[in-house]
Amino acid sequence: MSGFTDRADAALADRILKIAVERTAGTAEAKRAIAVDAFPDFDRARDRAAAIKDHVIAHLGYYLEQFEANAVAAGARVHWARTADEACRIVIDLCKAAGARSVARSKSMLGEEIGLPHALAEAGITRVETDLAEHIIQLADERPSHIIWPAMHKTREQVSALFKARHRTPHEEETIAAMAESARRELRTQMLGADVGISGANFLIADTGAICTVTNEGNAELSLVPPRMQIVTAGIEKIVPSMAHATHMLRMLARSATGAALTQYTTFYTGPRRPGDRDGPEEMHIVLVDNGRTTMREEGLAEMLRCIRCGACMNHCVVFRQIGGHAYGGTYPGPMGAVLTPVLDGLAKSRDLPNACTLNGKCQEVCPVRIPLPTLLRGWREKSWREGLEPKTMRAGLGVWAWFARRPALYRMASGMALRSMRVLGRGWISKLPLADGWTAHRDMPAPEAQSFMAQYKKGRRR
Amino acid sequence: MSRPRVALFVTCLVDAMRPRIGFAALATLEAAGCEVVVPEAQTCCGQPALNSGDRATAEDLARRTIAMLEPFEAVVIPSGSCAGTIRSHYPEILEHDPEWLARAQAVSAKTYEIMAYLDEVRGWRPDDVTLPATKAAYHDSCSGLRELGIKAQPRRLLKAVEGLDLVPLKGEETCCGFGGTFCVKYPAISNAIVEEKAAAIEESGADLLLAGDLGCLMNMAGKLHRRGTPVRAFHTIELLAGMGDGAAIGEPA
Repeated sequence: MSGFTDRADAALADRILKIAVERTAGTAEAKRAIAVDAFPDFDRARDRAAAIKDHVIAHLGYYLEQFEANAVAAGARVHWARTADEACRIVIDLCKAAGARSVARSKSMLGEEIGLPHALAEAGITRVETDLAEHIIQLADERPSHIIWPAMHKTREQVSALFKARHRTPHEEETIAAMAESARRELRTQMLGADVGISGANFLIADTGAICTVTNEGNAELSLVPPRMQIVTAGIEKIVPSMAHATHMLRMLARSATGAALTQYTTFYTGPRRPGDRDGPEEMHIVLVDNGRTTMREEGLAEMLRCIRCGACMNHCVVFRQIGGHAYGGTYPGPMGAVLTPVLDGLAKSRDLPNACTLNGKCQEVCPVRIPLPTLLRGWREKSWREGLEPKTMRAGLGVWAWFARRPALYRMASGMALRSMRVLGRGWISKLPLADGWTAHRDMPAPEAQSFMAQYKKGRRR
Repeated sequence: MSRPRVALFVTCLVDAMRPRIGFAALATLEAAGCEVVVPEAQTCCGQPALNSGDRATAEDLARRTIAMLEPFEAVVIPSGSCAGTIRSHYPEILEHDPEWLARAQAVSAKTYEIMAYLDEVRGWRPDDVTLPATKAAYHDSCSGLRELGIKAQPRRLLKAVEGLDLVPLKGEETCCGFGGTFCVKYPAISNAIVEEKAAAIEESGADLLLAGDLGCLMNMAGKLHRRGTPVRAFHTIELLAGMGDGAAIGEPA
């Protein structure tokens, strides 16, 4: 039992959630539209972005080895993790070897995906979330509800109340600036004292071994420069061949996510502190994580590995806009999450996600790397059907319909009978329809005409 | 001018729930100079199976439908979503079978959503259709819009209707929440989506709601009626066939 419908129902009943989601996603949608209009030939740029990713995914081994060699040459150490557990163990072992009691963490969806916050807590290591929204989530003891705005589900008013309750010297004035200052005071002291900094990566650049991160708060820099040890965790699909490819992807990423030309901070790191450098970590470790990605390539989900985690698909999704990110129940919400969660959690636990989609195609329309999300979602539905995970009533209903649909004469007879029984319920509008109460609970059903088109046509009616 | 022999695929939903859309399609195609045939073997294009993951049934219905439609010069459908299934998805689902792939591609290439066929292929206009001054909101149904590029064609055709004024509809390209079986599998989410759609339609000040897919229309009209909003809903082809003075969706005939 996935509990998806229960979570969705709870979300639908939460009016504040709806306001919060609509504020952020609505603004993102409007800003993206303006940015895309102003971009010369956005469609060709999207083709190029998709081609870059496809090329890398087809030659992943080559570029990963190139990246490793260059990162090592720059003084970093590269670790490989096949699973989430392996990745966490590597990070925890590194922290312990460094004698770390506290880590400053910069938001990374991969970190959420592999369960790093939980693993750190289990190891008794204090975690400071340096991203403002992640800080909010940490204070509220919740999980991110969006990949760009982890605290999207909270209104400014709710955040203010949370800060007042939990910050040591909370803000007095009810302004965004005062709230940000309060978070800054709270976070900076903890960040500067952290032994280890952990971040993700937006891109791994193969021909230099560089890591690229984008943030709007500069927290990736602050969480990685002061500590002695820097740990970067990244999915293996984050690789691009060169800086030129990375900059093209950056142009697509920021515009698709927030409508901005670039984020406030875009940083490239290569290796640890060198002799003569004024700052930087003494040790740099890069943990490259598979966690299902190789199998995705083998199981017809290669296109999903193009994803650059911009969140445009969820911002534009009618379902996400109604239920928010937590209802999806996984690390990644919205359409991209509905494709990824079955990879990470298994289809049996998450079959609802690919189903809870109207297949309207808007997500594919806005995806900067042209991921055919509806096709991939349909693929999961087929797998779920093959494996017998779809509800029995659904299978039986569709089975009866399919049996008749293959036999036109019997189909006409059966549909004629069904229509007659439906007409018994009334002319005009039907407000209560047995077997379709999911429909009539919320809307009326127009009663069908006296006879089907085919029946009338056969009798000679032509207009 | 030649009279192409055209197969009219009425869709299972039109066949059962609103035959007048089928007759409107028949009349407009004839007015546009076509010889129209309604193949008797038609049932459903298989989209519910395809979207539910029942690939075997979808493939079987695709083969039957292809074989039925092969003899015609063109296939015309008053639905973007069924036309999209035949045009875009039949070749996809039969990709593994070279013989049937070729047949699917051939049928795909001659299958049209009715607005695209009337506007682009036949260059037809509804010359004699007039209405008393009416404000209409047009909803772009998702499959037609995104799988087939149905956007300008219905608007060009509707512009030729005297008395009809297309008013802007906020979120006209946003899904109404119908989604085929989605609306029965996840009724609460579907309802939340169509509530917003209905509010936007009310806000537009339209007297009339138009769209090119009966499923979406039943969803939106059913919600508007539940809310007590007196907006009348028609399939675009009904209006273009001069049937806009008849019973709207949900009105007793």
